[in-house]
Amino acid sequence: MYSRQTSPKEGAKVILGNLLSLAAENTPLSETGEWIANGFFYVVAAVAVAAALKMVTTKNVVHAALYLLVVLSSVAATYIVLGAEFAAATQVMVYLGAVMVLMLFGVMLTRAQIGKEDNLDYDHKWLGALVATAMAAVMGYSLWEYFGSKTMPDDMAPQRTSEVSGEIFSTFIVPFEALSVLLLAALIGAVVVARKD
Amino acid sequence: MSLLAIELAYWQITVIKLVFSIVAVLIPAGATVYLYLFKMVSFMQSRLGPMEAGPFGSLQLLAELGKSAQKEDIFPEKADRYVYAFAPYVVIVSSFLLVLVVPFGPNAMFANYDTGIFFALGVSSLSVIGILMAGWASASKYSMLGGLRAAGQLIAYELPMILAVVGVVIQAGTMNMQGIVTAQIEGEIFGMGALGNPFILTQFMGFLIFMVAVQAELTQTPFDMPIAESELVTGYMTEYSGFRFLMFFIGEFATANIFAFIASTLFLGGWSVPPFVTDMIGIEADSAWFDLLGPGVMAVKMLAITFVIYWVRFTYPRFREDQLQRLAWKLLIPLALVNIVATAVLKVVFV
Repeated sequence: MYSRQTSPKEGAKVILGNLLSLAAENTPLSETGEWIANGFFYVVAAVAVAAALKMVTTKNVVHAALYLLVVLSSVAATYIVLGAEFAAATQVMVYLGAVMVLMLFGVMLTRAQIGKEDNLDYDHKWLGALVATAMAAVMGYSLWEYFGSKTMPDDMAPQRTSEVSGEIFSTFIVPFEALSVLLLAALIGAVVVARKD
Repeated sequence: MSLLAIELAYWQITVIKLVFSIVAVLIPAGATVYLYLFKMVSFMQSRLGPMEAGPFGSLQLLAELGKSAQKEDIFPEKADRYVYAFAPYVVIVSSFLLVLVVPFGPNAMFANYDTGIFFALGVSSLSVIGILMAGWASASKYSMLGGLRAAGQLIAYELPMILAVVGVVIQAGTMNMQGIVTAQIEGEIFGMGALGNPFILTQFMGFLIFMVAVQAELTQTPFDMPIAESELVTGYMTEYSGFRFLMFFIGEFATANIFAFIASTLFLGGWSVPPFVTDMIGIEADSAWFDLLGPGVMAVKMLAITFVIYWVRFTYPRFREDQLQRLAWKLLIPLALVNIVATAVLKVVFV
């Protein structure tokens, strides 16, 4: 993430930037910088896990939605740490700005009392916990197995948006178009279901 | 080309950026609130406005600040205390995140995100969450209704805003805010380079849609259903007092300025001036001088756009809820889609 600060093309500089020549050239990450970047990842990850646990244990629907919001924004922060700028912006736009707002909107329109709701529970929660643990184990194992020995390149620059769009419209064009058709079908379906006449 | 070579460490740059980001958010907000909200509107309505604090009431804002700071911070008895206390921060953080991507000069910007405008549109929608939190946690029907209205309105007007920006992005060929400014400096219109090509000339439809959407996003009259004072007291802000109310207030007006900054970057050429001006004073269109001049140029453009925002605010009566939704979904979105198609076709034909 620190290479963005000194990205080769323009470099992020401040007001009075050139006057004071605040722009550092593309310097490799110092050891402290690396330590901070890694530390930041762990902080973000810890926040995400803690908020996810609170989300499933809280006794208030709106609180659960707000904790989910924290989880999703932590994921966006993780993308930023990994230099995937476009994914982070999309995460903010789609999940925080649209999905979560709709979810809060829906919850508040229907049932959103303030304070604890004692019947906010699920009888088969142990089954859920089991499935979640199994998923975490399988995914964690496979990620560790394939990427455990790999490290980030030293001169890692944030991924440019043009690279992302190039990939989407060449390598991944078929899944992209399939998803578009799927979304269109869902959209039309929603209109058909909602119309009364 | 640097005029004075001083190397600064990363943390020093970060500190300077933090200070400047606070300046870039608060100073324009204060300036426009005094100039437009207090003074211009008063003159339009044949009255003087604040005159007591300082010459021509110029210290009125400090007086308001002092008043708000010493007021009691009231929590309604049944409110959800934590969510209630936290909501204003969410709103104000959204406006601070928004200013990050605005370029004030060729190198004078807080963060040079490649996704620039996309990031800005994403974080601008975070304020809705703060508004919904405030509306729900206040445990008041007025607040709740205001919050729900605000959410419905902001979701509806986010779409035309994004679609209006797409036209600019197609024409510039980049989402990077700096790249959009550069495209306008280098661009020509009808074979004339003298004006550069501020995108307002080619994307006028986009500009209009963007400004209407901004007005709605800011919940300024005529789109002030969420805070309609004759129906809902002040909507989601009803129960707030003292400093937390002030934070909502600052958030609202700071966001107005930052959207004006973004609009001037997208449509008016950002920190750049028309090429004949730079020819006249004899500097390059992207010379380092614009790191100094740029903020001034941006301020002028921002003041011009916010003038329009406040002018409309104090001229038109409030839309009804259904009229408001109809305007967004049946007029602005189709128009914006037509604009996108036209821009894309013209881009393919002429480039």
